[in-house]
Amino acid sequence: MIRFNQVSKRYPGGYEALKNVSFDIAEGEMAFLTGHSGAGKSTLLKLIAAIERPNSGSVLVNNQNVGVLKGGALPYLRRNLGIIFQDHKLLFDRSVFDNVLLPLQICGFDHRESGKRVRAALDKVGLLKREKANPIALSGGEQQRLCIARAIVNRPSILLADEPTGNLDAAYAQEIMAIFKSFHQVGVTLLISTHDESVLQDTGVRVLALKHGELQA
Amino acid sequence: MMHALAQHLAVLRTVLQRMFVSPLAGLLNILVIGIALSLPAGMYVLLQNVQGLVVQLSGTPQISLFLAMDAKADDADHLRKQLAQHPAIARTEFVARAQALEQLKQSTGLADVIGGLTQNPLPDAFIVYPKQSGAQALDGLRDELAKLPKVEQAQLDSAWAYKLEALLKFGRVAVLILASLLSLALIAVTFNTIRLQILTQRDEIEVAKLIGATNGFIRRPFLYFGALQGLLGGIAAWLIITASLQLLNHQLGALAQLYASQLALHPLSVGDSLSLLLFSVYLGWLGAWLSVARHLSQVEPGRKP
Repeated sequence: MIRFNQVSKRYPGGYEALKNVSFDIAEGEMAFLTGHSGAGKSTLLKLIAAIERPNSGSVLVNNQNVGVLKGGALPYLRRNLGIIFQDHKLLFDRSVFDNVLLPLQICGFDHRESGKRVRAALDKVGLLKREKANPIALSGGEQQRLCIARAIVNRPSILLADEPTGNLDAAYAQEIMAIFKSFHQVGVTLLISTHDESVLQDTGVRVLALKHGELQA
Repeated sequence: MMHALAQHLAVLRTVLQRMFVSPLAGLLNILVIGIALSLPAGMYVLLQNVQGLVVQLSGTPQISLFLAMDAKADDADHLRKQLAQHPAIARTEFVARAQALEQLKQSTGLADVIGGLTQNPLPDAFIVYPKQSGAQALDGLRDELAKLPKVEQAQLDSAWAYKLEALLKFGRVAVLILASLLSLALIAVTFNTIRLQILTQRDEIEVAKLIGATNGFIRRPFLYFGALQGLLGGIAAWLIITASLQLLNHQLGALAQLYASQLALHPLSVGDSLSLLLFSVYLGWLGAWLSVARHLSQVEPGRKP
Protein backbone atom coordinates (compact mmCIF):
# COMPACT_ATOMS: atom_id res chain seq x y z
CA MET A 1 0.00 0.00 0.00
CA ILE A 2 2.77 2.39 0.97
CA ARG A 3 6.31 1.62 -0.15
CA PHE A 4 9.48 3.66 0.32
CA ASN A 5 12.47 2.73 -1.83
CA GLN A 6 15.75 4.25 -0.62
CA VAL A 7 14.14 7.61 -0.15
CA SER A 8 16.23 10.66 0.75
CA LYS A 9 14.93 14.15 1.36
CA ARG A 10 17.13 17.16 1.67
CA TYR A 11 15.60 20.57 2.31
CA PRO A 12 16.93 23.67 0.61
CA GLY A 13 19.80 24.84 2.77
CA GLY A 14 21.25 21.34 3.01
CA TYR A 15 19.37 19.89 5.98
CA GLU A 16 18.93 16.18 5.34
CA ALA A 17 15.63 15.08 6.86
CA LEU A 18 15.53 11.52 5.54
CA LYS A 19 18.45 9.31 4.53
CA ASN A 20 17.96 6.23 2.41
CA VAL A 21 14.68 5.12 3.98
CA SER A 22 13.03 1.93 2.77
CA PHE A 23 9.95 0.19 4.17
CA ASP A 24 6.70 -1.34 3.13
CA ILE A 25 3.27 -1.09 4.73
CA ALA A 26 0.73 -3.63 3.58
CA GLU A 27 -2.92 -2.94 2.93
CA GLY A 28 -4.92 -2.83 6.14
CA GLU A 29 -1.79 -2.66 8.27
CA MET A 30 -1.42 -0.30 11.20
CA ALA A 31 2.04 1.07 11.95
CA PHE A 32 3.58 3.62 14.27
CA LEU A 33 6.31 5.98 13.29
CA THR A 34 8.44 7.01 16.25
CA GLY A 35 11.46 9.14 16.86
CA HIS A 36 12.67 12.26 18.62
CA SER A 37 11.42 15.56 17.30
CA GLY A 38 13.33 16.45 14.16
CA ALA A 39 13.91 12.80 13.31
CA GLY A 40 11.97 13.20 10.03
CA LYS A 41 8.53 11.87 10.98
CA SER A 42 6.58 14.78 9.54
CA THR A 43 8.72 14.83 6.41
CA LEU A 44 8.02 11.16 5.82
CA LEU A 45 4.27 11.70 6.08
CA LYS A 46 4.49 14.75 3.79
CA LEU A 47 6.24 12.66 1.17
CA ILE A 48 3.31 10.22 1.16
CA ALA A 49 0.83 13.03 0.55
CA ALA A 50 3.15 14.63 -2.03
CA ILE A 51 3.30 17.81 0.03
CA GLU A 52 7.05 17.40 -0.30
CA ARG A 53 8.92 15.51 -3.01
CA PRO A 54 11.88 13.16 -2.43
CA ASN A 55 15.33 14.09 -3.76
CA SER A 56 16.08 10.46 -4.53
CA GLY A 57 14.32 7.13 -4.28
CA SER A 58 10.65 6.53 -4.88
CA VAL A 59 7.50 6.75 -2.77
CA LEU A 60 4.76 4.43 -3.96
CA VAL A 61 1.19 4.77 -2.75
CA ASN A 62 -1.18 2.20 -4.21
CA ASN A 63 1.58 1.37 -6.70
CA GLN A 64 1.64 4.97 -7.86
CA ASN A 65 4.91 6.87 -7.73
CA VAL A 66 3.71 10.01 -5.95
CA GLY A 67 7.11 11.69 -6.14
CA VAL A 68 6.69 12.37 -9.83
CA LEU A 69 2.93 13.03 -9.82
CA LYS A 70 1.83 16.01 -11.89
CA GLY A 71 0.01 18.89 -10.20
CA GLY A 72 -3.30 17.97 -11.79
CA ALA A 73 -3.22 14.44 -10.36
CA LEU A 74 -2.40 15.49 -6.80
CA PRO A 75 -6.00 16.18 -5.71
CA TYR A 76 -7.05 12.64 -6.61
CA LEU A 77 -4.17 11.15 -4.64
CA ARG A 78 -5.05 13.23 -1.61
CA ARG A 79 -8.74 12.34 -1.74
CA ASN A 80 -7.70 8.77 -1.11
CA LEU A 81 -5.75 9.79 1.98
CA GLY A 82 -7.09 10.94 5.32
CA ILE A 83 -4.55 13.27 6.88
CA ILE A 84 -4.56 14.35 10.51
CA PHE A 85 -2.27 17.34 10.77
CA GLN A 86 -0.02 18.13 13.68
CA ASP A 87 -1.37 21.69 13.74
CA HIS A 88 -4.95 20.51 13.02
CA LYS A 89 -5.49 23.03 10.20
CA LEU A 90 -9.09 23.60 11.24
CA LEU A 91 -10.99 26.54 9.77
CA PHE A 92 -12.28 28.91 12.41
CA ASP A 93 -14.60 30.83 10.10
CA ARG A 94 -17.15 28.00 10.07
CA SER A 95 -18.86 25.50 12.32
CA VAL A 96 -17.65 22.05 13.33
CA PHE A 97 -20.16 20.58 10.89
CA ASP A 98 -18.89 22.67 7.97
CA ASN A 99 -15.28 21.80 8.74
CA VAL A 100 -16.09 18.13 8.32
CA LEU A 101 -18.23 18.88 5.29
CA LEU A 102 -15.35 20.48 3.37
CA PRO A 103 -13.78 17.25 1.98
CA LEU A 104 -17.18 16.12 0.72
CA GLN A 105 -17.82 19.49 -0.93
CA ILE A 106 -14.45 19.17 -2.62
CA CYS A 107 -15.32 15.74 -3.95
CA GLY A 108 -18.69 17.00 -5.11
CA PHE A 109 -20.92 14.88 -2.89
CA ASP A 110 -24.66 15.10 -3.01
CA HIS A 111 -25.97 17.54 -0.41
CA ARG A 112 -28.26 15.16 1.50
CA GLU A 113 -25.85 12.25 1.40
CA SER A 114 -23.00 14.40 2.70
CA GLY A 115 -25.06 15.59 5.69
CA LYS A 116 -25.52 11.98 6.76
CA ARG A 117 -21.85 11.22 6.32
CA VAL A 118 -20.73 14.27 8.30
CA ARG A 119 -22.96 13.29 11.23
CA ALA A 120 -21.74 9.71 11.08
CA ALA A 121 -18.12 10.92 11.21
CA LEU A 122 -18.84 13.30 14.07
CA ASP A 123 -20.67 10.54 15.93
CA LYS A 124 -17.68 8.27 15.51
CA VAL A 125 -15.39 10.76 17.33
CA GLY A 126 -18.07 11.76 19.87
CA LEU A 127 -18.63 15.32 18.64
CA LEU A 128 -22.15 14.99 17.30
CA LYS A 129 -23.53 17.33 19.97
CA ARG A 130 -21.02 20.04 19.08
CA GLU A 131 -21.75 20.20 15.37
CA LYS A 132 -22.92 23.82 15.50
CA ALA A 133 -20.03 25.05 17.65
CA ASN A 134 -17.08 26.96 16.29
CA PRO A 135 -13.90 24.87 16.45
CA ILE A 136 -12.23 27.61 18.47
CA ALA A 137 -14.60 26.82 21.33
CA LEU A 138 -13.42 23.20 21.44
CA SER A 139 -10.79 21.84 23.80
CA GLY A 140 -7.48 20.56 22.45
CA GLY A 141 -8.67 16.96 22.56
CA GLU A 142 -11.92 17.85 20.85
CA GLN A 143 -10.09 19.75 18.12
CA GLN A 144 -7.95 16.69 17.57
CA ARG A 145 -11.03 14.52 17.26
CA LEU A 146 -12.61 17.02 14.89
CA CYS A 147 -9.51 16.77 12.74
CA ILE A 148 -9.95 12.97 12.73
CA ALA A 149 -13.60 13.30 11.74
CA ARG A 150 -12.60 15.49 8.79
CA ALA A 151 -9.94 12.99 7.76
CA ILE A 152 -12.29 10.00 7.76
CA VAL A 153 -15.51 11.53 6.42
CA ASN A 154 -14.35 10.77 2.90
CA ARG A 155 -13.76 7.10 3.89
CA PRO A 156 -10.15 7.04 2.70
CA SER A 157 -8.28 3.76 2.47
CA ILE A 158 -5.16 5.25 4.06
CA LEU A 159 -5.05 7.36 7.21
CA LEU A 160 -1.96 9.40 8.09
CA ALA A 161 -1.73 10.99 11.53
CA ASP A 162 1.04 13.38 12.52
CA GLU A 163 1.45 13.43 16.32
CA PRO A 164 -2.27 12.96 16.96
CA THR A 165 -1.75 12.65 20.71
CA GLY A 166 0.93 15.31 20.87
CA ASN A 167 -0.37 17.69 23.48
CA LEU A 168 -3.05 15.55 25.06
CA ASP A 169 -3.12 13.95 28.48
CA ALA A 170 -3.04 10.20 28.80
CA ALA A 171 -6.80 9.69 29.01
CA TYR A 172 -7.47 11.65 25.83
CA ALA A 173 -4.59 9.91 24.10
CA GLN A 174 -6.06 6.51 24.98
CA GLU A 175 -9.42 7.60 23.60
CA ILE A 176 -7.90 8.64 20.31
CA MET A 177 -5.86 5.48 20.01
CA ALA A 178 -9.06 3.51 20.54
CA ILE A 179 -10.63 5.37 17.64
CA PHE A 180 -7.67 4.53 15.41
CA LYS A 181 -7.89 0.86 16.37
CA SER A 182 -11.51 0.79 15.33
CA PHE A 183 -10.50 2.05 11.88
CA HIS A 184 -7.82 -0.60 11.73
CA GLN A 185 -10.47 -3.21 12.40
CA VAL A 186 -12.49 -2.16 9.36
CA GLY A 187 -9.46 -2.47 7.09
CA VAL A 188 -8.04 1.04 6.87
CA THR A 189 -4.27 1.32 6.44
CA LEU A 190 -2.87 3.54 9.20
CA LEU A 191 0.45 5.26 9.72
CA ILE A 192 0.64 7.21 12.97
CA SER A 193 3.64 9.25 14.02
CA THR A 194 4.31 9.84 17.68
CA HIS A 195 7.16 10.74 20.01
CA ASP A 196 5.18 9.35 22.94
CA GLU A 197 6.44 5.81 23.47
CA SER A 198 3.89 5.12 26.23
CA VAL A 199 1.02 4.67 23.78
CA LEU A 200 2.90 1.80 22.12
CA GLN A 201 3.37 -0.45 25.12
CA ASP A 202 0.27 -2.56 25.08
CA THR A 203 -0.31 -2.69 21.36
CA GLY A 204 2.05 -5.07 19.70
CA VAL A 205 1.70 -3.04 16.53
CA ARG A 206 4.53 -2.57 14.10
CA VAL A 207 6.88 0.30 14.90
CA LEU A 208 9.06 2.20 12.45
CA ALA A 209 11.70 4.06 14.45
CA LEU A 210 13.44 7.02 12.89
CA LYS A 211 16.67 8.47 14.21
CA HIS A 212 18.28 11.47 12.57
CA GLY A 213 16.48 10.65 9.37
CA GLU A 214 17.50 7.01 9.29
CA LEU A 215 15.22 4.07 9.85
CA GLN A 216 16.35 1.86 12.76
CA ALA A 217 16.13 -1.84 12.10
CA MET B 1 -26.96 17.57 -14.42
CA MET B 2 -29.09 18.64 -11.46
CA HIS B 3 -26.21 17.66 -9.26
CA ALA B 4 -23.73 19.90 -11.10
CA LEU B 5 -26.26 22.73 -11.00
CA ALA B 6 -26.66 22.29 -7.25
CA GLN B 7 -22.90 22.54 -6.85
CA HIS B 8 -22.73 25.76 -8.83
CA LEU B 9 -25.60 27.18 -6.80
CA ALA B 10 -23.72 26.25 -3.64
CA VAL B 11 -20.69 28.17 -4.91
CA LEU B 12 -22.91 31.13 -5.72
CA ARG B 13 -24.31 31.04 -2.19
CA THR B 14 -20.81 31.05 -0.74
CA VAL B 15 -19.92 34.01 -2.94
CA LEU B 16 -22.98 35.96 -1.83
CA GLN B 17 -22.13 35.22 1.79
CA ARG B 18 -18.64 36.56 1.18
CA MET B 19 -20.09 39.71 -0.32
CA PHE B 20 -22.26 40.28 2.70
CA VAL B 21 -19.31 39.89 5.04
CA SER B 22 -18.16 43.38 4.04
CA PRO B 23 -21.16 45.05 2.43
CA LEU B 24 -19.67 48.55 2.46
CA ALA B 25 -16.49 47.56 0.65
CA GLY B 26 -18.53 45.57 -1.84
CA LEU B 27 -20.89 48.48 -2.40
CA LEU B 28 -18.01 50.89 -2.98
CA ASN B 29 -16.47 48.52 -5.49
CA ILE B 30 -19.75 48.20 -7.33
CA LEU B 31 -20.13 51.98 -7.33
CA VAL B 32 -16.62 52.48 -8.72
CA ILE B 33 -17.32 49.98 -11.49
CA GLY B 34 -20.72 51.54 -12.16
CA ILE B 35 -19.35 55.07 -12.49
CA ALA B 36 -16.39 53.98 -14.58
CA LEU B 37 -18.68 52.13 -16.98
CA SER B 38 -21.36 54.81 -17.08
CA LEU B 39 -18.94 57.46 -18.39
CA PRO B 40 -18.13 55.86 -21.76
CA ALA B 41 -21.53 54.20 -22.04
CA GLY B 42 -23.29 57.50 -21.31
CA MET B 43 -21.18 59.32 -23.88
CA TYR B 44 -22.02 56.58 -26.34
CA VAL B 45 -25.73 57.11 -25.70
CA LEU B 46 -25.37 60.86 -26.31
CA LEU B 47 -23.48 60.26 -29.54
CA GLN B 48 -26.14 57.82 -30.71
CA ASN B 49 -28.77 60.45 -30.02
CA VAL B 50 -26.91 63.20 -31.87
CA GLN B 51 -26.39 60.88 -34.79
CA GLY B 52 -30.06 59.99 -34.86
CA LEU B 53 -30.85 63.72 -34.91
CA VAL B 54 -28.44 64.31 -37.79
CA VAL B 55 -29.99 61.57 -39.90
CA GLN B 56 -33.43 62.92 -39.12
CA LEU B 57 -32.53 66.51 -40.00
CA SER B 58 -30.34 66.02 -43.02
CA GLY B 59 -32.52 63.48 -44.78
CA THR B 60 -31.30 62.78 -48.30
CA PRO B 61 -28.54 65.10 -49.44
CA GLN B 62 -29.38 67.67 -52.12
CA ILE B 63 -27.49 70.22 -54.14
CA SER B 64 -29.17 73.52 -54.98
CA LEU B 65 -28.13 75.04 -58.32
CA PHE B 66 -28.92 78.73 -58.57
CA LEU B 67 -28.90 80.02 -62.14
CA ALA B 68 -27.61 83.38 -63.18
CA MET B 69 -30.22 86.18 -63.17
CA ASP B 70 -29.87 86.62 -66.89
CA ALA B 71 -30.56 82.97 -67.70
CA LYS B 72 -33.38 82.47 -70.13
CA ALA B 73 -35.92 79.64 -70.28
CA ASP B 74 -33.84 78.07 -73.10
CA ASP B 75 -30.79 77.95 -70.88
CA ALA B 76 -32.81 76.27 -68.16
CA ASP B 77 -34.14 73.67 -70.61
CA HIS B 78 -30.68 72.99 -71.89
CA LEU B 79 -29.40 72.54 -68.38
CA ARG B 80 -32.28 70.28 -67.46
CA LYS B 81 -31.36 67.91 -70.32
CA GLN B 82 -27.71 67.98 -69.32
CA LEU B 83 -28.56 67.12 -65.73
CA ALA B 84 -30.92 64.33 -66.73
CA GLN B 85 -28.10 62.60 -68.62
CA HIS B 86 -25.58 62.95 -65.82
CA PRO B 87 -24.73 59.47 -64.41
CA ALA B 88 -24.36 60.61 -60.78
CA ILE B 89 -27.76 62.29 -60.53
CA ALA B 90 -30.91 60.44 -59.56
CA ARG B 91 -33.41 63.16 -60.41
CA THR B 92 -33.79 66.92 -60.49
CA GLU B 93 -36.51 69.37 -59.61
CA PHE B 94 -36.90 72.76 -61.23
CA VAL B 95 -38.01 75.71 -59.15
CA ALA B 96 -38.94 78.70 -61.30
CA ARG B 97 -38.18 82.12 -59.81
CA ALA B 98 -41.87 83.08 -59.66
CA GLN B 99 -42.71 79.85 -57.84
CA ALA B 100 -39.86 80.39 -55.38
CA LEU B 101 -41.12 83.88 -54.58
CA GLU B 102 -44.62 82.55 -53.99
CA GLN B 103 -43.27 79.89 -51.60
CA LEU B 104 -41.26 82.47 -49.74
CA LYS B 105 -44.36 84.63 -49.31
CA GLN B 106 -46.39 81.81 -47.87
CA SER B 107 -43.82 80.26 -45.61
CA THR B 108 -42.29 83.26 -43.91
CA GLY B 109 -45.20 85.64 -43.53
CA LEU B 110 -43.16 88.38 -45.22
CA ALA B 111 -45.92 88.97 -47.76
CA ASP B 112 -45.95 92.73 -47.08
CA VAL B 113 -42.26 93.15 -47.60
CA ILE B 114 -42.22 90.98 -50.70
CA GLY B 115 -45.25 92.74 -52.10
CA GLY B 116 -43.28 95.97 -51.90
CA LEU B 117 -40.52 94.67 -54.14
CA THR B 118 -40.46 96.08 -57.61
CA GLN B 119 -38.91 92.99 -59.13
CA ASN B 120 -38.34 89.34 -58.16
CA PRO B 121 -34.86 89.09 -56.58
CA LEU B 122 -34.78 85.29 -56.72
CA PRO B 123 -33.11 83.31 -59.50
CA ASP B 124 -34.35 80.14 -61.18
CA ALA B 125 -33.05 77.07 -59.41
CA PHE B 126 -32.59 73.33 -59.77
CA ILE B 127 -32.69 70.97 -56.80
CA VAL B 128 -30.42 68.04 -57.63
CA TYR B 129 -30.76 64.69 -55.87
CA PRO B 130 -27.48 62.77 -56.26
CA LYS B 131 -27.33 58.99 -56.37
CA GLN B 132 -24.45 58.67 -53.93
CA SER B 133 -24.33 60.21 -50.49
CA GLY B 134 -20.62 60.02 -49.59
CA ALA B 135 -19.17 63.37 -48.54
CA GLN B 136 -16.39 63.22 -51.15
CA ALA B 137 -18.66 62.25 -54.04
CA LEU B 138 -21.02 65.09 -53.14
CA ASP B 139 -18.23 67.65 -52.98
CA GLY B 140 -16.95 66.53 -56.40
CA LEU B 141 -20.42 66.71 -57.91
CA ARG B 142 -21.03 70.17 -56.48
CA ASP B 143 -17.76 71.49 -57.91
CA GLU B 144 -18.59 69.97 -61.27
CA LEU B 145 -22.10 71.42 -61.40
CA ALA B 146 -20.86 74.85 -60.36
CA LYS B 147 -18.82 75.02 -63.58
CA LEU B 148 -21.82 74.43 -65.87
CA PRO B 149 -22.79 77.43 -68.01
CA LYS B 150 -25.31 79.88 -66.54
CA VAL B 151 -24.94 78.35 -63.09
CA GLU B 152 -24.24 81.13 -60.62
CA GLN B 153 -23.83 79.01 -57.51
CA ALA B 154 -24.00 75.36 -56.42
CA GLN B 155 -24.77 74.79 -52.78
CA LEU B 156 -24.52 71.48 -50.95
CA ASP B 157 -27.42 71.67 -48.53
CA SER B 158 -26.30 68.94 -46.15
CA ALA B 159 -22.65 69.95 -45.93
CA TRP B 160 -23.06 70.78 -42.25
CA ALA B 161 -24.36 67.27 -41.62
CA TYR B 162 -21.20 65.79 -43.07
CA LYS B 163 -19.05 68.04 -40.94
CA LEU B 164 -21.01 66.92 -37.91
CA GLU B 165 -20.64 63.33 -39.02
CA ALA B 166 -16.87 63.75 -39.04
CA LEU B 167 -17.06 65.31 -35.60
CA LEU B 168 -19.12 62.33 -34.39
CA LYS B 169 -16.47 59.97 -35.70
CA PHE B 170 -13.95 61.86 -33.64
CA GLY B 171 -16.27 61.54 -30.64
CA ARG B 172 -16.62 57.82 -31.18
CA VAL B 173 -12.87 57.33 -31.14
CA ALA B 174 -12.68 59.37 -27.95
CA VAL B 175 -15.35 57.14 -26.36
CA LEU B 176 -13.43 54.07 -27.47
CA ILE B 177 -10.22 55.31 -25.86
CA LEU B 178 -12.04 56.23 -22.67
CA ALA B 179 -13.81 52.86 -22.59
CA SER B 180 -10.54 50.98 -23.07
CA LEU B 181 -8.80 52.88 -20.30
CA LEU B 182 -11.67 52.51 -17.86
CA SER B 183 -11.98 48.82 -18.72
CA LEU B 184 -8.38 48.38 -17.70
CA ALA B 185 -9.18 50.23 -14.48
CA LEU B 186 -12.08 47.86 -13.83
CA ILE B 187 -9.91 44.83 -14.40
CA ALA B 188 -7.42 46.31 -11.95
CA VAL B 189 -10.15 46.91 -9.35
CA THR B 190 -11.34 43.30 -9.57
CA PHE B 191 -7.76 42.03 -9.66
CA ASN B 192 -7.03 43.74 -6.39
CA THR B 193 -10.29 42.73 -4.71
CA ILE B 194 -9.64 39.10 -5.52
CA ARG B 195 -6.02 39.39 -4.41
CA LEU B 196 -7.17 40.58 -0.99
CA GLN B 197 -9.72 37.76 -0.83
CA ILE B 198 -7.10 35.18 -1.62
CA LEU B 199 -4.90 36.60 1.11
CA THR B 200 -7.66 36.48 3.71
CA GLN B 201 -8.65 32.97 2.65
CA ARG B 202 -5.14 31.64 2.60
CA ASP B 203 -5.86 29.06 5.33
CA GLU B 204 -8.95 27.75 3.61
CA ILE B 205 -7.18 27.45 0.27
CA GLU B 206 -4.26 25.63 1.83
CA VAL B 207 -6.48 23.18 3.71
CA ALA B 208 -8.63 22.61 0.63
CA LYS B 209 -5.53 21.80 -1.42
CA LEU B 210 -4.31 19.42 1.27
CA ILE B 211 -7.52 17.45 1.29
CA GLY B 212 -7.76 17.07 -2.45
CA ALA B 213 -9.37 20.15 -3.96
CA THR B 214 -8.64 20.65 -7.64
CA ASN B 215 -7.49 24.05 -8.83
CA GLY B 216 -10.81 24.43 -10.59
CA PHE B 217 -12.68 23.97 -7.34
CA ILE B 218 -10.55 26.58 -5.60
CA ARG B 219 -10.72 29.02 -8.49
CA ARG B 220 -14.47 28.83 -8.98
CA PRO B 221 -15.73 31.01 -6.12
CA PHE B 222 -13.25 33.76 -6.98
CA LEU B 223 -14.26 33.76 -10.64
CA TYR B 224 -17.92 33.83 -9.64
CA PHE B 225 -17.21 36.69 -7.30
CA GLY B 226 -15.50 38.70 -10.06
CA ALA B 227 -18.30 38.03 -12.53
CA LEU B 228 -21.01 38.85 -10.00
CA GLN B 229 -19.29 42.07 -8.98
CA GLY B 230 -19.01 42.95 -12.66
CA LEU B 231 -22.71 42.27 -13.18
CA LEU B 232 -23.73 44.43 -10.23
CA GLY B 233 -21.37 47.17 -11.45
CA GLY B 234 -22.96 46.95 -14.89
CA ILE B 235 -26.42 47.26 -13.36
CA ALA B 236 -25.21 50.30 -11.40
CA ALA B 237 -23.90 51.84 -14.63
CA TRP B 238 -27.21 51.18 -16.35
CA LEU B 239 -29.11 52.83 -13.51
CA ILE B 240 -26.77 55.85 -13.54
CA ILE B 241 -27.25 56.31 -17.30
CA THR B 242 -31.01 55.82 -17.19
CA ALA B 243 -31.45 58.22 -14.26
CA SER B 244 -29.20 60.82 -15.91
CA LEU B 245 -31.17 60.61 -19.16
CA GLN B 246 -34.39 61.07 -17.22
CA LEU B 247 -33.02 64.23 -15.64
CA LEU B 248 -31.69 65.55 -18.95
CA ASN B 249 -34.94 64.77 -20.75
CA HIS B 250 -36.84 66.70 -18.11
CA GLN B 251 -34.78 69.82 -18.81
CA LEU B 252 -34.71 69.19 -22.55
CA GLY B 253 -38.50 69.05 -22.57
CA ALA B 254 -38.70 72.54 -21.12
CA LEU B 255 -36.13 73.77 -23.65
CA ALA B 256 -37.95 72.16 -26.57
CA GLN B 257 -41.18 73.81 -25.56
CA LEU B 258 -39.57 77.22 -26.03
CA TYR B 259 -38.69 76.24 -29.59
CA ALA B 260 -42.11 74.65 -30.12
CA SER B 261 -40.51 71.37 -31.13
CA GLN B 262 -40.06 67.92 -29.66
CA LEU B 263 -36.67 66.84 -28.36
CA ALA B 264 -35.98 63.79 -26.26
CA LEU B 265 -32.93 61.63 -25.65
CA HIS B 266 -33.51 57.97 -26.33
CA PRO B 267 -32.45 55.60 -23.53
CA LEU B 268 -30.13 52.63 -24.02
CA SER B 269 -31.69 50.07 -26.32
CA VAL B 270 -32.29 46.55 -25.03
CA GLY B 271 -29.41 45.25 -27.11
CA ASP B 272 -27.02 47.91 -25.88
CA SER B 273 -28.13 47.34 -22.27
CA LEU B 274 -27.43 43.63 -22.59
CA SER B 275 -24.06 44.34 -24.20
CA LEU B 276 -23.18 46.66 -21.32
CA LEU B 277 -24.06 44.02 -18.73
CA LEU B 278 -22.29 41.21 -20.57
CA PHE B 279 -19.21 43.35 -21.04
CA SER B 280 -19.03 44.26 -17.37
CA VAL B 281 -19.52 40.61 -16.35
CA TYR B 282 -16.71 39.67 -18.71
CA LEU B 283 -14.40 42.36 -17.32
CA GLY B 284 -15.05 41.23 -13.75
CA TRP B 285 -14.46 37.62 -14.67
CA LEU B 286 -11.25 38.51 -16.52
CA GLY B 287 -9.90 40.55 -13.60
CA ALA B 288 -10.64 37.69 -11.22
CA TRP B 289 -9.10 35.14 -13.56
CA LEU B 290 -5.88 37.11 -13.91
CA SER B 291 -5.68 37.60 -10.17
CA VAL B 292 -6.33 33.95 -9.40
CA ALA B 293 -3.79 32.82 -11.99
CA ARG B 294 -1.23 35.17 -10.47
CA HIS B 295 -1.85 34.59 -6.76
CA LEU B 296 -3.25 31.11 -6.25
CA SER B 297 -0.02 29.30 -7.04
CA GLN B 298 1.62 31.23 -4.20
CA VAL B 299 -0.63 29.45 -1.72
CA GLU B 300 0.86 25.98 -1.92
CA PRO B 301 1.04 23.68 1.09
CA GLY B 302 4.61 22.93 2.08
CA ARG B 303 5.80 26.10 0.40
CA LYS B 304 6.27 28.96 2.80
CA PRO B 305 5.35 32.41 1.49
